[in-house]
Amino acid sequence: MKRYQGLPASGGIAIGPAWVYRPVRVQAERRGVQHPDEEWQRLEEAIHQARVQLEALRTRALATAGEEEAAIFEAHALFLDDVELLARVRQAIFEEQINAEAAVEESFEHYAAMLQALDDAYFQARAQDVRDVKMRLLRILMGVEDSAAAALDHPAIILAEDLTPSDTIQFPRDAILGLATVRGGPTSHTAILARALGVPAVVSVPLDLDAIPAGTTVVLDGDSGEVLTSPTTVVLAAARSKERQWQQQREEATRHAHRPALTRDGHQVEVVANIGGVEDARQALSMGAEGVGLFRTEFLYLDRTDMPGEEEQIEVYRQVFELMEGRPVVVRTLDIGGDKPAPYLDVEPEPNPFLGWRAIRMMDRRPDVLGSQLRALLVAAGQTDADLRIMLPLVSRLDEIEQARALLEEARTSLMAQDVPLPGRLQFGMMVETPAAALLAHHFARTVDFFSIGTNDLTQYTLAVDRTNERVAHLASPYHPAVLRLIAMTIEAAHARGKWVGLCGEFAGDVQAVPLLLGLGLDEFSMAPVSIPAVKEDIRRWSLSLCRDIAQKALELPTTEAVRRYLQEVAP
Amino acid sequence: MPALSLIVNHPAGLHARPAAEFVKTAVSFPCAITVRNVTDDKPPVNAKSILSVLTLGVNQGYEIEVTAEGERAEEALTAIAELVNNNFGE
Repeated sequence: MKRYQGLPASGGIAIGPAWVYRPVRVQAERRGVQHPDEEWQRLEEAIHQARVQLEALRTRALATAGEEEAAIFEAHALFLDDVELLARVRQAIFEEQINAEAAVEESFEHYAAMLQALDDAYFQARAQDVRDVKMRLLRILMGVEDSAAAALDHPAIILAEDLTPSDTIQFPRDAILGLATVRGGPTSHTAILARALGVPAVVSVPLDLDAIPAGTTVVLDGDSGEVLTSPTTVVLAAARSKERQWQQQREEATRHAHRPALTRDGHQVEVVANIGGVEDARQALSMGAEGVGLFRTEFLYLDRTDMPGEEEQIEVYRQVFELMEGRPVVVRTLDIGGDKPAPYLDVEPEPNPFLGWRAIRMMDRRPDVLGSQLRALLVAAGQTDADLRIMLPLVSRLDEIEQARALLEEARTSLMAQDVPLPGRLQFGMMVETPAAALLAHHFARTVDFFSIGTNDLTQYTLAVDRTNERVAHLASPYHPAVLRLIAMTIEAAHARGKWVGLCGEFAGDVQAVPLLLGLGLDEFSMAPVSIPAVKEDIRRWSLSLCRDIAQKALELPTTEAVRRYLQEVAP
Repeated sequence: MPALSLIVNHPAGLHARPAAEFVKTAVSFPCAITVRNVTDDKPPVNAKSILSVLTLGVNQGYEIEVTAEGERAEEALTAIAELVNNNFGE
């Protein structure tokens, strides 16, 4: 037995076989080139691909860890836009006439070294971020697999020299029993991610990785910072009993999350998850999601040059439906636009992508895209006994519902003619994310089965605030009384027609908003899986009758600040 | 050339979100903008480059000097001053 002392980074006990993670090391070789313009083009393509990868990681982090963790990958994407860095790479390629790999290596290292030399730990930690982005570009340029992390195929305790946030987020969640790194501090991204994922972790452990064969039994204590290899029988038995205790505590917390969300006076609301793929669906279930309130399907369409085939779509939908085992799944049809160009869909960059040809509006010139998606959804749901709820994004006109419904009927008829089994349950609904949809909710409520309020966009469109513009972003608050009134109107109009209303923006996962949304009569709260246990717990402390009074009072207040202050008073 | 001195009061200094917002504000103007760490007396860098701004190592309470030259220079300085003085909107 060997005992190593590190720094505790994320609580809990883990016992399991060692798996030593050795990241793919790519070494940029420096060579002269004849055609610098070709090198530059290779680099531009690599940057584009890196951006797509980072966006995927961001989405994954958003679902499995949270917003703070997702911001790590947003920051990485910023480096790819850096004018000085790109100028340096450009100069190396065109003036020194060297290959793109070497130019990237030298230019990124220049900044990493400068950051490393600063005497503040926070700035030094950014050197690791710069190197993480550098390695990503080098792997793309050299055609090496994105990460060796995905190779982990059995539950294990991961031992590594160091882990970048990209590595950590890419390990299959079910396979991570615990994490131990030789380097890194308790405030490193990896430690933050481990805590968000609920995985025991220890950092700064003086492990000799070469001396630990794969499969060696490891005991990792994330509370004391201790790591033991090949423990004696006595030590192992003690660790096992400690592990059981910890697991019991955890199960209890999860059981709580798996209990329904009932207010003190017995009113039940549905608490469901926003997901972007199969892995998220798994995470959602473990966090106590009662279904899916928003399944974003954009990932099927991004980073490719042709339409995803129907078979490919069916496969993905089927996997999610099977996992959810008959729980409701709200699938949002493709919501893509000029901010994420996809040439094969005729989606091009536009001056105002959020006011442009996007989402449901693509139906006029490209009915085939929605048509094929609807067919795939019907087939997948028919195979799996899913509770499928199809949701249209960015609706502002009643005829959009009519046209989409016609496409759905067309898909249904043609599948029926081919004797393809159709889903037994099917709802057809829409997002309320334009003021037009909220103001006309009483008309829309006749034509659809449900609404889901997208507060991020509803806020942006109602207040005319671009959330990505830093100078005005702080104005974009869903607590603005104008937004609250539109939410209230939508719910009232739906209930008058016996339809249900969900909310799938960040607002639903905001504990401060819980009494307000309960009081307005919201039926379904949909959020990032990690937020579910806390929101469920909060719902249980309120009574519906009190929330109704709170909501009525809040609706009468004149400003965002007054609403927030009022909520802080009633729900400290 | 218009210039101004500012004190960074944000606990993170010019790091993380404040650094990103600082750069985003600079990028939204056509003029050339530089920023210098006065406290540690380091040479000025391009305010539109996040990596350059990070390498200044500006911590809470540090003094920075921002200069702008070209189209809408005065306006850019006002916007940056507003951002820093409002503690990056927090």
